[in-house]
Amino acid sequence: MLFAVASGFLLAPVAPAVQRRWPRPAGWLLSLVPFSVAAWLALAGSRLDGGALRWVYPWIPSLEIALSFRLDGLSFLFALLIALVGGLVILYASGYLQAHEHLGRIYAWLLVFMASMLGLVLADNLIALFVFWELTSLSSYLLIGFYHEREAARAAALQALVVTGLGGLALLAGFVLLGRIGASFELSELSPQAAALQEHPLYAAALLLVLAGAFTKSAQIPFHFWLPDAMEAPAPVSAYLHAAAMVKAGVYLVARVSPILGGTPLFFYAVAGTGAVTMLLGAWLAYRQSYLKRMLAYSTVSALGTLMLLLGLGTPAAVNAAVAVFFAHVLYKGSLFLAAGNVEHAAGTGEVSRLGGLARVMPFTALGALAAAASMAGLPPSFGFLAKESLLAGAVDAPPGATWAPWVAVAASAFLIAVTGLVSLRVFAGAPGQAASGAHEASPAMLAGPVALGVSGLLLGLAPGLGRLLEPAAGVVAGAPLAMNLGLWHGWNLPLGLSALSLAAGLLLYAGRDAALAAVGPLGWGRFGPAAWYRAAMQAMLKTADVQTRLLQSGYLRSYLTIVVATVVVLLFVGGWGRRGWPLPAPAEDLRAVETLIVLLVVASVAAAVVSSSRLGAIAALGAAGYGIALIFLFAGAPDLAITQFVVETLVVVLFVFAFYRLPRFARFSPPAARLRDLVFAAATGALMSLLTLAAAGTALHAPISGYFGEWAYLKAHGRNIVNVILVDFRALDTLGEITVIAVAAIGVYALLGLRPAGSGK
Amino acid sequence: MRTSVILQTATRFLQPLLLLFSFFLLLAGHNEPGGGFAGGLVAAAAVILHALAYGVESARRTLVVDPRTLIAAGLLVATASGIWALAAGKPLLTGLWRGGLGTPLLFDAGVYLVVIGGTLLMVFALMEE
Repeated sequence: MLFAVASGFLLAPVAPAVQRRWPRPAGWLLSLVPFSVAAWLALAGSRLDGGALRWVYPWIPSLEIALSFRLDGLSFLFALLIALVGGLVILYASGYLQAHEHLGRIYAWLLVFMASMLGLVLADNLIALFVFWELTSLSSYLLIGFYHEREAARAAALQALVVTGLGGLALLAGFVLLGRIGASFELSELSPQAAALQEHPLYAAALLLVLAGAFTKSAQIPFHFWLPDAMEAPAPVSAYLHAAAMVKAGVYLVARVSPILGGTPLFFYAVAGTGAVTMLLGAWLAYRQSYLKRMLAYSTVSALGTLMLLLGLGTPAAVNAAVAVFFAHVLYKGSLFLAAGNVEHAAGTGEVSRLGGLARVMPFTALGALAAAASMAGLPPSFGFLAKESLLAGAVDAPPGATWAPWVAVAASAFLIAVTGLVSLRVFAGAPGQAASGAHEASPAMLAGPVALGVSGLLLGLAPGLGRLLEPAAGVVAGAPLAMNLGLWHGWNLPLGLSALSLAAGLLLYAGRDAALAAVGPLGWGRFGPAAWYRAAMQAMLKTADVQTRLLQSGYLRSYLTIVVATVVVLLFVGGWGRRGWPLPAPAEDLRAVETLIVLLVVASVAAAVVSSSRLGAIAALGAAGYGIALIFLFAGAPDLAITQFVVETLVVVLFVFAFYRLPRFARFSPPAARLRDLVFAAATGALMSLLTLAAAGTALHAPISGYFGEWAYLKAHGRNIVNVILVDFRALDTLGEITVIAVAAIGVYALLGLRPAGSGK
Repeated sequence: MRTSVILQTATRFLQPLLLLFSFFLLLAGHNEPGGGFAGGLVAAAAVILHALAYGVESARRTLVVDPRTLIAAGLLVATASGIWALAAGKPLLTGLWRGGLGTPLLFDAGVYLVVIGGTLLMVFALMEE
């Protein structure tokens, strides 16, 4: 299992090399990875039989975090589709981006993304799930921003990352709360405690935080705006991230936690309410678009709302419908996105009004797209028809709080049917559009995806055995086995009537689109919609950063020093004095003559440094004071410290000499008042440091640990020099950190000295 | 920079001695006063002495490798000595011993290299101003 998940991560770094080495078959070769993962999953899934398989790999045992995976009906369905679509998308990308110089890069990122997505849906541990969740956000950032030389693509990538990243933070908080309440991070250990969890006072907070994560990821209103903007990504990325995989992560999460957190009024209103609003508004916004991929993006928003609505309703019929709609949507939307990519690739535009009659030049793309469109519109005998039947059945069967559900479903369906007409009939049938002149059929690699997904969506409606794949998934969500009665003909009943009604309304909307849009007028969301909030928030953040930077970062070293020193002095004086005063040690009584001499030497050197009228003199005097300190170490029995101190003092003097060598002669520029202020600062700092040293010597928070080190240094670490044993063994991690700091500081100094603007003499 | 014959002659004797001493400090560090830190500083001092007497260019030539490479190598050696323990199934940075030799010495060598590299990187940059 670990290998199945990790294979994408492992192969991603070599993907660009594979692309360079075997440029032509690279796409086919690399798509073998997801396909073999899918095959392995299918094998493992056949052993499930309604149960669950679990794999546990220790990760951070001290925090009770394990890398545990769970394969049950739900994760099996998601993982299988992720792997299958992933393979088709990699294949597709090999054709779509054939001439692009960074084709290898997109293979790598797609593999990383696929592996993260697999980890996400297979993880049983909440923390592991969160890590994979964030990995999908990061890899999608890279994928959306693939055309990184385009400003819009960079902005869209950042926007997606910020929105889903913020949701991810909420999700982590929610997971931590859940883990604290249930005393476990394992989903399989949390689900038996569902009742206790829901009675806990923190239940509402945990639920809302988790939902915030799910809603941002799955583009629920008001967080939906990042998804249409993310259409800046290449078509295969859109198809994978924004139809099949990433946006479904939120849906998956809600489905996964429904048995644990679902069934409460709060869950019902939050999930079903958000879902219904998203479903309706998404469909309406899709209807308003004029660009192929943006239409598809908004219709995806609507479909995600549908899934949330169904999961929120939570009845057996609704859960069945959610699984069916999910499955249908992956197939038809993946196919349509890829077909849209073919169209843009061939015709050079995705503007629907300029396209038309493409079926003649792109017959296979048209086949895939029209098959997918039939499924999206819910025409029999496609699988989409079955999904829509069950959706309407689930809506009709809604609990008392949601009697509006059938009407929302019919209205949204009507708009989506109109959108389906726009993305399929308008593009592929009818008279050739303006942009049809140079159009041509796409390569086989680019046809495999849309045709396979679209046609299977059309034909699976006739496949009788599909229930075996979907039923276990629905059973996991419902928490009990469910029977899914998928069939083309259920007799004359209400869902069938509603389906026909939505179809009729949809055709009307399709035919009268221009009139309808003209009647409604522009949306006016540009200034007040959620996307504007996002922009305002980003701008406010930049402005705050700007203001505080200008306030604090004057660029004068002396003012930085003043601020830092003053802050430290004031805080320490107030904090130290205010709490418990300064505990000073008793004066030493057995002072030796040599120590007195050294102290006098140090004091004299310091005095010389202060009054010296030349820089070199001051530096030399400081060095002498440092030597005095080193002598004190030596006489106090710390030869290591003394050696280091001697060398450091020597080197510091050398450094100072070179730093000051080129400076102009020492002169007094500051007015007396400023000099007085500096004197006060310097004196206060010196006094504080002396007090701190004395206080530290006089305070014993707990028994010194030097005894322990002394006792064990030789026995455990085979060294007689305790100081060094501490440095390289007992506290080696600290030392590793310290030498890293030395390295960074040295490189920083080097970079700063190299930074001087060319031509300036100072 | 003006050079002094006395300084140059003294350097010719002192530099090898200082380098030898720095090695001694590094190796003896585990049981006697010394260690990678002090050793590295002494070695850096030896090279700086050379730079003072003969100029930075000559010092760079004697050093052969760039100070930045020394820093990187040092960090690599120190980290590797820690990961060794990890590979042996023990917590990161656990000292592994065979006879009188152990990974802490390797770690100390890493410290030694980083200190030399870091000090020289800064001093060279300042001297070349």
